[in-house]
Amino acid sequence: MNRNLYDLLGLIAAVLFIMALKGLSSPKTARRGNLLGAGGATLGTILVFWAPGSAHKHLGLILAAIAGGVIVGVPAARRIQMTQMPQLVALFNGVGGGAAALVSTVEYLKLGKSATTAEILATVFTVVVGCISFSGSIITFMKLQELMTTRPVVFPGGRFVIAGTLLGVIGTATWVINSGGTSPLLIMGGLALLFGVLFVLPVGGADVPIVISLLNAFTGLTVAASGYVLQATLLIVAGTLVGASGTILTRLMATAMGRSLFGTLFGAFTAKPQESVGASEVRPVKSGSADDVAILLNYAQRVVIVPGFGLAVAQAQHTVRELADLLTSKGIDVAYGIHPVAGRMPGHMNVLLAEANVPYEQLVEMDEVNPTFPQTDVVLVVGANDVVNPAAKTTPGCPIYGMPILDVAQAGNVIFLKRSMRPGFAGIENELLYDPKTTLLFGDAKDSLTKVVSALKAL
Amino acid sequence: MSNGLALLSIFVLSVFVGFEVVAKVSTTLHTPLMSGANAIHGIILVGAIAVASNATSNLQLILAIIAVLLATINMVGGFVVTDRMLEMFKGKKKEAK
Repeated sequence: MNRNLYDLLGLIAAVLFIMALKGLSSPKTARRGNLLGAGGATLGTILVFWAPGSAHKHLGLILAAIAGGVIVGVPAARRIQMTQMPQLVALFNGVGGGAAALVSTVEYLKLGKSATTAEILATVFTVVVGCISFSGSIITFMKLQELMTTRPVVFPGGRFVIAGTLLGVIGTATWVINSGGTSPLLIMGGLALLFGVLFVLPVGGADVPIVISLLNAFTGLTVAASGYVLQATLLIVAGTLVGASGTILTRLMATAMGRSLFGTLFGAFTAKPQESVGASEVRPVKSGSADDVAILLNYAQRVVIVPGFGLAVAQAQHTVRELADLLTSKGIDVAYGIHPVAGRMPGHMNVLLAEANVPYEQLVEMDEVNPTFPQTDVVLVVGANDVVNPAAKTTPGCPIYGMPILDVAQAGNVIFLKRSMRPGFAGIENELLYDPKTTLLFGDAKDSLTKVVSALKAL
Repeated sequence: MSNGLALLSIFVLSVFVGFEVVAKVSTTLHTPLMSGANAIHGIILVGAIAVASNATSNLQLILAIIAVLLATINMVGGFVVTDRMLEMFKGKKKEAK
């Protein structure tokens, strides 16, 4: 293909990516934005098969690998449940980072002694950051999938191990830049993989989505750097766009959760093992039956439902809507109080309740719903914990301290639908559970809601 | 302008475009946007194909083919999963009308 035509089509693909990101930042155009992005990606991929100056070898193997990727990727993306989406995104991000690291490594092997300093620098950057992104994403995946503990993992002397690994990465990077060669690059990659693991282990609770977003930005930058090594403009543009927008997005997310980005990132260096305050003693809680809950709800004038991850796990979004409809038909004012980070990703609850066709007007965001709690008779907390935990206000030093919460303690009664007394994702006790105006209904959110609905119908 | 500088200019300008395009985004869309951006960096597939079709040794070829496989999963899976997320939002808007 003619070089100019090739570059021109590449430019179109780059513009499509910009329009995709622009589209994705507004609800009306989001879906079109995603399709534009897919169009740009398809164009870029088809184009590379006609790249001028390429040897065009191994076509069969390449097509087979693409087919393999589609066979793995599409069903995974289609079959995944809404609750598991964040970890799938983390996983996709990780393999992308790994791919970028491999691409630069191959180019580095091929260039051998002829590589320029700039190319070596870009390769070092890609391999280091790509490896961190890969192993870090795998750890976030395992945390979210609950293949390992969801709490921050902090071990004694951890910060020294992390600092040592980082120094090792920097040291081997200098080695690669000075002397080249394959083994230093491999050792550097290995250390970077280890650093990625150590970097993410101490992160827990609400910070996990922020880390996914950050690693996503990292992968973008590695793609841009490998674009530099390969002299591929499209990779530079697309990778940089993701890197830059991902950084902004990470900051926005951190702000929405009231977290400092610095605290999230360097938590690894400052985290101390948590002392559990009075968690061991067994304290009385008031647990009720579905009938008690139904009676409380029946005589309320205003009910606010606070959904959380438990709702997502139990797939109870349709049942909760049924309950809300029933209450509305009895003339009770019903609203959903949506915490921006309820669930395991920002906007998780909006997506879930939208699936159950909950009317949009009933979804009230945190800032608007908080002032209404004093006039609310009953708050029904369905499988949420950390987002209503007053410890975020009262206990300095706890992992969620400073996070804005839904101030449900202001309401007349609080009902918790919980599976057990187990603390939430962040692993902190919730004082509110022991409050005299709190009633607990234990069990799977969907079962509990179904029982409450039938009890309410029987009243 | 040398080739390296031209690439650097493209990089710097892209940074500003990237900052600009997502400056105002509602919390609800954070996750789909993250997921969409995640799919876009799957474009590393282009790089993977380029190095695979020019591989000069078996080691290079094997590594490049693994990269093609991983990048395809990232790109194709990423766009499909983002579309699924956004599908849910479409249902919500219909309801609101």
